[in-house]
Order: sequence, then C-alpha cells, then structure tokens
Amino acid sequence: MSLLTISGSPHVHTQQSVKSIMYGVVIAMIPAIFVSVYFFGIDAARVMLISVLGCLFFEWVIQKYLIKGPVTINDGSALVTGILLAFNVPANLPWWILIIGALVSIGIGKMSFGGLGKNPFNPALVGRVFLLISFPVQMTSWPMPKALFAEGITDAITGPTTLGIIKEGLSAGKTIQEIMASPDFPGYLNDMMGVQGGSLGEISALALLLGALFMFTRKIITWHIPTAYIGSAVIFSGILWLIDPTQYIDPLMHLLAGGMILGVFYMATDMVSSPMTARGQIVFGVGAGLLTILIRVWGAYPEGVSFAILIMNAFTPLINSYFKPKRFGEVVKHG
Amino acid sequence: MKTFKLGGVHPEENKISANKAIEVFPLPEKVYVPVSQSLGAPSKVVVEKGAVVKTGQLLAKGESFISANVHCPVSGKVTRIDDIIDSSGYKRQAVYIDVAGDEWEESIDRSPDIIYEISADRDTIIKKINEMGVVGLGGATFPSHVKLMVPDGKKAQYLLINGVECEPYLTADHRLMLERGEEMLIGTAILKKALGVEKAFIGIERNKPDAIEHLSRLCAKFKGIEVMPLKVKYPQGGEKQLIKAVVNLEVPSGKLPIEVGCVVNNVGTAFAVYEAIQKNKPLIERVVTVTGKSVLNPANFLVRIGTPVSLLIERAGGLPEDTGKVISGGPMMGKALTSLEVPVVKGTSGILIMPGQESKRTTVLSCIRCGRCITACPMGLEPVLLAQLSESQLFEKAEKEKIMDCIECGSCHYTCPAGRPLLDYLRLGKNKTGLLIRNRGKK
Repeated sequence: MSLLTISGSPHVHTQQSVKSIMYGVVIAMIPAIFVSVYFFGIDAARVMLISVLGCLFFEWVIQKYLIKGPVTINDGSALVTGILLAFNVPANLPWWILIIGALVSIGIGKMSFGGLGKNPFNPALVGRVFLLISFPVQMTSWPMPKALFAEGITDAITGPTTLGIIKEGLSAGKTIQEIMASPDFPGYLNDMMGVQGGSLGEISALALLLGALFMFTRKIITWHIPTAYIGSAVIFSGILWLIDPTQYIDPLMHLLAGGMILGVFYMATDMVSSPMTARGQIVFGVGAGLLTILIRVWGAYPEGVSFAILIMNAFTPLINSYFKPKRFGEVVKHG
Repeated sequence: MKTFKLGGVHPEENKISANKAIEVFPLPEKVYVPVSQSLGAPSKVVVEKGAVVKTGQLLAKGESFISANVHCPVSGKVTRIDDIIDSSGYKRQAVYIDVAGDEWEESIDRSPDIIYEISADRDTIIKKINEMGVVGLGGATFPSHVKLMVPDGKKAQYLLINGVECEPYLTADHRLMLERGEEMLIGTAILKKALGVEKAFIGIERNKPDAIEHLSRLCAKFKGIEVMPLKVKYPQGGEKQLIKAVVNLEVPSGKLPIEVGCVVNNVGTAFAVYEAIQKNKPLIERVVTVTGKSVLNPANFLVRIGTPVSLLIERAGGLPEDTGKVISGGPMMGKALTSLEVPVVKGTSGILIMPGQESKRTTVLSCIRCGRCITACPMGLEPVLLAQLSESQLFEKAEKEKIMDCIECGSCHYTCPAGRPLLDYLRLGKNKTGLLIRNRGKK
C-alpha cells in the first residue's frame, strides 16, 4: 500500500481561489471593454493592450530578475491592474506614457511593497494618479466618443468630460441649469450608455453595472463597500443639491458622470487595499463617498474618485485595527 | 428557518451513505481497546494479562471526576496490555483481546424490547451513566455524567439534543435517528429527568427531512421534546452555534453552555444513555459511517469498540486504488490516520477515505486580505490576524484577540482562496496561549 497523506483538518477546500477571483474580475470588465472599443475604436484596444502587456512584463521582470523569486504573472492580478489602468486613462494616450504608468503601477504600487497582498494602495490608481500629476495635458485631453449608433469612429476630436464641463461652467459663473441646457452637455441617458468624454473604461455606467452584478453573484465582491460608498455620496451630494440646485449637481449626475461607478465597484472593492471586516468596509465606503464629493465640488480637479479611494486606502490599516467583527459571546444575553 | 447568525460555510454535503441502513458488524478476531478514550484523565486498567473477559465487563476504571470507565466490547482473553497508536497518532495504553465466542455479562438486557418507563431517579441515572462509561459521542468525548451535574448556583433550563450532523459525508447520527428514534427519545427523556428540565429540543438540519418527519411523529408520545429543523450551514453542530440557533442564547466567551442554562448532548449519546439506564448496557459499540467517493460499498456499521479500522474498510469494499488519505471523523474536523490498524473508539463517528488528488493541500499563496476567513468564522474572530500573531509568537496579544474562543471548525482554512493553513497556525497559537494562561495561574 502506498503511504497515507497526513495533514491537519480541514481536509476539504472551497473551489474559489485567488486565480478564480482575479479572472472573475476580468470577466466582469468585459462589457466595459466592449463599450470602450465600440466608442473609441482601435485606440481603446491599443491602450488596453499596451497597459496589460506592460503590467505583465514589469511583474515578470521584477519577480524573475530583481526579487529572483517565483513568477506569478498568471495569477491574474497583474492582468486586472493592466485593464484597470487602461480604464483610467484617455483612449488617445501615447504609448510611452502608458508604459511609464504600468511601471509605476506594478513597480512602485505593488512590487516595492512585496507583491500581491502586501500593497497598501490600489496599484492601478497609484499609476493613474502618478500619470495625472506628471502628464496633466495628455491625461486630460479626452477623445469624444461617437454618437450611440453612428457609423465609423470620430477620432481626433477631443473635449472635456461631463464633470469638466460642469466645473468650467461653474467657474465661468453659469448655473447648473444653464450648463445642462447647453448642446455640448451629454445628459443622463448618454452618461448611462457611455456617450461622454472620459477615460476609456469609465464612460458607460450600464456596462460597468452589468459586470458588477456578475461579481456579486460570484461572491467576488460584497455589498458593503459599494452600498456605503454610493449611499454616502448620494446623501452628501443630495444635501448640497437641496441647499442650492443652481450651484450643485444632483446625486444622479454625480453617479453617472465621471469614474464613480468604476471606482465604487472595481477599485474601492479591491480586497488587498480595503478593510477586511464588514464594519470596516462600511466605514471605508462612507469615507470614500464623502471625499469624492468633497474633491469634486471644492477640489482643483473635476474628478475625485481616484484620490478619495487612495486616501481611504491609507486609512485601511487603521480601520482594520479599530473596527473588529462582532465576537460571539461578546454581548451576554440571558433568556 | 433557524440557524446561527455569525459566519459559517457551505461545504459540499456528499452524504453518500445516507440511505444505507445500519449493519451489525461481525465480531472481529482481535480488538485493541485504548484505555483513554475520552477527554480527561486516563482510566486505570483493572484486568490482567491472561484474564478471561466477558462482553460488558469493566476493563479500566475512571478514577478522577472527569474521566470515564472503559468496558470490554467482546468476550475472550486478554493477551497484552501495551501501547498502541490511536486515531490521534499518539501512543496510548490499550488492552489487546483475542475474541472467543460472544458471552455477555448477565446483568445486561439483550432483548430487543423497548422499555419506556423510566424508573431510575436522578442520582441513579447520573451514577449509572458514569458507571457505564457513557461519553459524548459527537466527537469531543466529554464524560456525560459531568455535564449532568449542574454546578451550584447554575440552573439547567433547556436540554438540546444534537442531531445536526453538519460534517459532510457522515451519516451515523442520521441513521440512528431513523432506526433507533424511539430509544433515542427515551434517552432524551432520561437526560431531561436527570437535569430536571421541562424542555428538550432536537436540532436537525433540513437536509435530513426523513429524520425530521420521523422524530416529529414519535415526539407526540413524549412530553416536552420538540424537533427543531435548522438551515443547512456548517458548523451548525458546534455546541455554541446550536444553542444560538435553537434558543437564541449566546454562551459568553470562555464559558460553558450551562452559563445560559443549556446542556447539549449528541443523539448518539442519548441512545447510549437509553441503553445504559434501561438495558444496563455499557458503551461498548457505536455506529460508524465508512464512506468516500471511491469507496465501493459505503456503509453505516454498528461496530464494537476496539475493532481495527482496516476491517471496516475491507467490509465496505476495500481500500480504493486511488486512496490518498484516510480520515477518522468528517472532512472538516476529522483527523488523518497514520495507520489503518488503529481501533474504533467511542469518539469515532466515521471513516472517510479521500482520493489522492483531493488529499493534497493546494499551494499556499500570499494572503490577499480578502477577509473571507473573518466572514466565515462562526466565533467572530479574525483568523488572519490570529495566524499572524501565532506566527510571530505574540501570544499575549492573541489572547486579547480571543484566540482561545476558536472552536477549530476549520471554516477559515476551508474558505481561504490563497489556501493558507490558518487553522494550523491557530491550533499552534491556542496551544501556546493556553500554556501561557496556565503558567500565569501557577504564579
């Protein structure tokens, strides 16, 4: 008889693995990938390809030649970072800027801390914010998507994002109603479908929500962070809107314009950089929601999702040590 | 549908042997009866080498409060009193017996008649349960008489009978409820009487609808016993989880169920209590599930204590070609056996044979801080943190983070997508932290 295997219990294991989680996220991003290619054409595919290959390449180089450890580029995490980085930049970004973004995301955002699981910040956002600060002109020149059912691609035309139009209009002294009435303004339906200027993955709320639904059903993400994030953003922006609807946009516009949906479901929910307990995740989400609106309304940039999530990432260790799960037997009840 | 609130996981049930009726296992030629089969102090051997023994005769006497008598499961001759490796992998003293015939102690009632009337009074019941070597058959093997002696100042209010059998694969309790339901309920009534409680609940998960229906019907004959169907969720059969699910009370950290007025016993224990009190029969046999995906004839055997596991496997169709691991107990909390010659003991609920490819652990990857272990922990602990603290040997901190509350159910390791052996670290940490606490008490 061959030897028996000995190990401690448990002797069975769930089917879900790090790999299945990461590739689950990739599958969830497929609708948004299609939408970006539909609206921005071959440019979107080019950006995604360079970003993904760049991330995989830098992870491979660093693991093989710098750390000289096991190479784990097939675990799917660098793939997710690559797609997310591409989702967060304009479709016309030059290739060499993308390469720098991939290097910063993987090299500084992830590997310098020890690789997957050790990074305090979302790597794709580290790369994105680095590029935004270093190359502000290229990072904010948004190619305009074609109309929903138009033929061909309308390349070479660039314009501002929905939030950019609003910020500019407000600083020019216009009211929200005047801004929204202008012919350039995309409107709710276009924002929902993806007919607005913006980073290539953030434009269609619908496609992103579809992927989010998939992640919920596969239990890749839980409701805590998204609900708390959207809830606090809606409540905070709602209060402002009720105070003065001529100066503040309504909560729905906040949700549909810019990177809110992408950030809420795909980046704030990043397991590595968000809190581990349900209570902590709610605190995280509420904080990110408040900061997003705060930055959008009073900050120098029209968009605040990336900064809000990165700031909350920094609080994650603190949240983890303050917000413990409810222990069994903690509250003594006598019947 | 009732269940416990915190944590829990849903492993595949795989109750392959659920429809196999209990089969009386033929007498083996030899048995090895370990002297220490329960929690607490080892018992002292009272027979000598060469002695001729009868079935039901006392073999070893429990001498301290928390210890249990061990009886002779067969008749024959004692050939050796020597160490044997038991299912935990440790060497333990055992009585080796060569089986000859099947001669029983005369005091034992072997007739199939069911005796309904409970004539014994409270003290007699407790004394007899102690005498007959009855221990908890759910796995922890805590001597049963101790649970029935409610400490001063505490009062038992509910008796909970654990028919949950939340471990995947195992079906011994399920079959017992179906085939010996009446005796089990009389045993429950006896336990009720010993505790002086008005109400007993039998907790059964919804994946055993036949047992729920059968016992609910039988319960009509018994006063104050009620079947409580529960949602399927592991570890529903954990003592504290069962209490939470059935009567919605939380046993405080570090305390026993009696703190909230509850006493929990397994259905197998209730049946053993029936036999001890009504039939004068010591605990010398039990139902053992022999199962596994590649096992030819999965079965539920009524086996004499001391029977080597290898014989059980042989009768279930032999050890499959692809065997990788043989487990005593279920896949979540069972122990991997080092040898197939270990004997069945009072705590053996099943023998699970796992194929080679399922026996190997997955590669351990970095923690991705997903928090799934925290979500899964039925005690509301943070396994990821406790594992880190144990690894860094920060046991005082681990104590503050309630490492001693861990019930070792394995939900954390089960659910970890990075395949981290969290429970291994927690067991180590619990051991060291426990040592720390005990040493502190000595100063």
